[in-house]
Amino acid sequence: MTQAKQPIIQIRNVSKRFGKVTAVDNISLDILAGEFFVLLGPSGCGKTTLLRMIAGFEMPTEGQIIIDGQDMSLVPPNKRPVNMVFQSYAVFPHMNVTDNVGYGLRIAGVSKGEIRDRVAEALELVKLGGFEDRMPDQMSGGQRQRVALARSLVMRPKVLLLDEPLSALDAKLRAQMQFELSDLQDKVGITFVTVTHDQDEALSMASRVAVINKGEVAQLAPPADLYEYPANRFVADFVGSVNIFEGKLTLDEPDKAAVDCPGLGKIYLNHGVTGPHGADVWVALRPEKIYLHVPGEGKAVRAAAQDAPDGHNLARGTIKGMSYLGDITLYEIQLEGGQMIRVSRPNLSRHDQEDFTWDDKVSMHWRADSPVVLLS
Amino acid sequence: MSGALQDWKSQKKPFAAVVTAPVFWLALFFVAPMAIVWLYSFGQNAGPVDIEISGTLDNYKRATEWLYVSIFLKSFAVAALTTLLCLIIGFPVAMAITFAAPKWRPWLLLGIMLPFWTNLLIRTYALMALMGTNGYMNKGLAGLWEGASWLRTLVGMQPLEAWTPVQLLYNNFAVVLGLVYVHLPFMVLPLYSALDRLDKSLIEASLDLGAGHFKTFMQIVVPLAAPGIVAGVMITLIPALGAYLTPDLMGGTDSQMIANVIERQFKRANDWPFGAALSFLLIYAMFILIAFQSMRANKVKEV
Repeated sequence: MTQAKQPIIQIRNVSKRFGKVTAVDNISLDILAGEFFVLLGPSGCGKTTLLRMIAGFEMPTEGQIIIDGQDMSLVPPNKRPVNMVFQSYAVFPHMNVTDNVGYGLRIAGVSKGEIRDRVAEALELVKLGGFEDRMPDQMSGGQRQRVALARSLVMRPKVLLLDEPLSALDAKLRAQMQFELSDLQDKVGITFVTVTHDQDEALSMASRVAVINKGEVAQLAPPADLYEYPANRFVADFVGSVNIFEGKLTLDEPDKAAVDCPGLGKIYLNHGVTGPHGADVWVALRPEKIYLHVPGEGKAVRAAAQDAPDGHNLARGTIKGMSYLGDITLYEIQLEGGQMIRVSRPNLSRHDQEDFTWDDKVSMHWRADSPVVLLS
Repeated sequence: MSGALQDWKSQKKPFAAVVTAPVFWLALFFVAPMAIVWLYSFGQNAGPVDIEISGTLDNYKRATEWLYVSIFLKSFAVAALTTLLCLIIGFPVAMAITFAAPKWRPWLLLGIMLPFWTNLLIRTYALMALMGTNGYMNKGLAGLWEGASWLRTLVGMQPLEAWTPVQLLYNNFAVVLGLVYVHLPFMVLPLYSALDRLDKSLIEASLDLGAGHFKTFMQIVVPLAAPGIVAGVMITLIPALGAYLTPDLMGGTDSQMIANVIERQFKRANDWPFGAALSFLLIYAMFILIAFQSMRANKVKEV
């Protein structure tokens, strides 16, 4: 990201209503030049509508979309400096790869020689050299997607829009394409805006992610912040796996805070949270940030949890379910208060999964910087 | 495909059980009568009701007389014009139905289908009632004419001469209009089914890549709807070519088509052998059209 960080797309108070349904509700955000921006959210949250408004296929009911300093309100899709890779790829079935990729240039009246050069260059970029004469029905889904990518990139758009680009690919190919897309974006330096419902995709590719819920931006942050510092319960729950407990804020100072959670116990944090004393809050705790101990290791547990005052950041329970996933094992543990908590444990050696089994009584602890206190 | 082909060989009895009835039906009611008519075309009248099948080619020779060739050519021209007009009118209609809100689509399709379920004779007479010299079309035109005349008097000009009804019926115009009216659903339905299957994101992709609506239509919609266009053209052209009722009722003395000539041979002229020869020439013409279409379809598959 060598370019100056100035907004290439400015979305200003944009709303979109279909009849009585509000798909996008007063969203404002800036997408910076050269970044890999991801709109993440569950299906029906309005992220695709927002993308289609940037492309020009839908008109905002209210608000303004500015691309590269120009108001796009009255600009039809064929006059916008953006191109889109469709979820279905929308590769023209009656044209071979060369004609598909050269379509936009032919429409623009570019000379034949230049079309040939630029198509070859674009095919090289997406690693489709040698496929020039193939028809779409002779290609796999992954290859068709590369055609769609090349067809858009050859237009040298200011922004490339991608609608669920990886959803139709199988898991292995998806992982590979995640890397390739990031790599490609690095090479061409074009701003990418991607829509996805898959948090892994968002976390692995994005420079920044906007989590969309019910037509509004729930949080806009880089991937790691989204995961480690979720702004609310929706983001904490949607991005990754999480345990959430209700509690009351009992202590809140600049360098420490405490929450009393009836379901989990006393929580201690080594940093402050800006919430009113006695307020109802929620504590989010990721499964991988909880340590499991065999019962009877009382001293060890207390020693491990020594970054918190006595009796804090500790819990006990019974294993009610476990699933072995190879790299980690996932445990469902019933706490003494009856609530369930999910804990994951890496299998650092080949026999780690044998340490705990169903109905084992276990102790847990977590570090004082692990819990996240959420106010909404 | 391969499964189905292997199955009938290994299980001949059930296959025979399924196939016997339709084959028998086709043989009895289609192949046999057609064969008889085909044989008649090589015969001559031996009396008021007797036909002697003598193997003569006279009937076919007579069919090559200019009178009949010209009627054949004219039938082709009328059918082709009808098909073209159906395509020009039907394409926007099919597009409109495809892009209509889903809840409206069945009703719009019903609107297209509805005339199908009305007797052709009734539809034709209804159309004639509209188009007669005393019909509503002429009344409407007369109203416009009188309005124009009245406007002229308002600005101080001479009123127009009295309205003389336009002869809309009993000419080639009426025949083409009637044929277009009757055959439009045959064109709209295959077009609709082709357009409905077309992935709408292809249209959006074309717009996204800078093409306007017209270029998108010509470069994306038309080529991808081609199977529907060909199907629509074929199932409009073939029945239009053999149209009988419409030219008979709505046409004038100069607008008879080949089916009317054939009818006259079988009825008034009582010359079944010649009528049979003309019929088979028409059938051969249709076969050639279908052969062209399937050759084209095969070619598309090979590419």
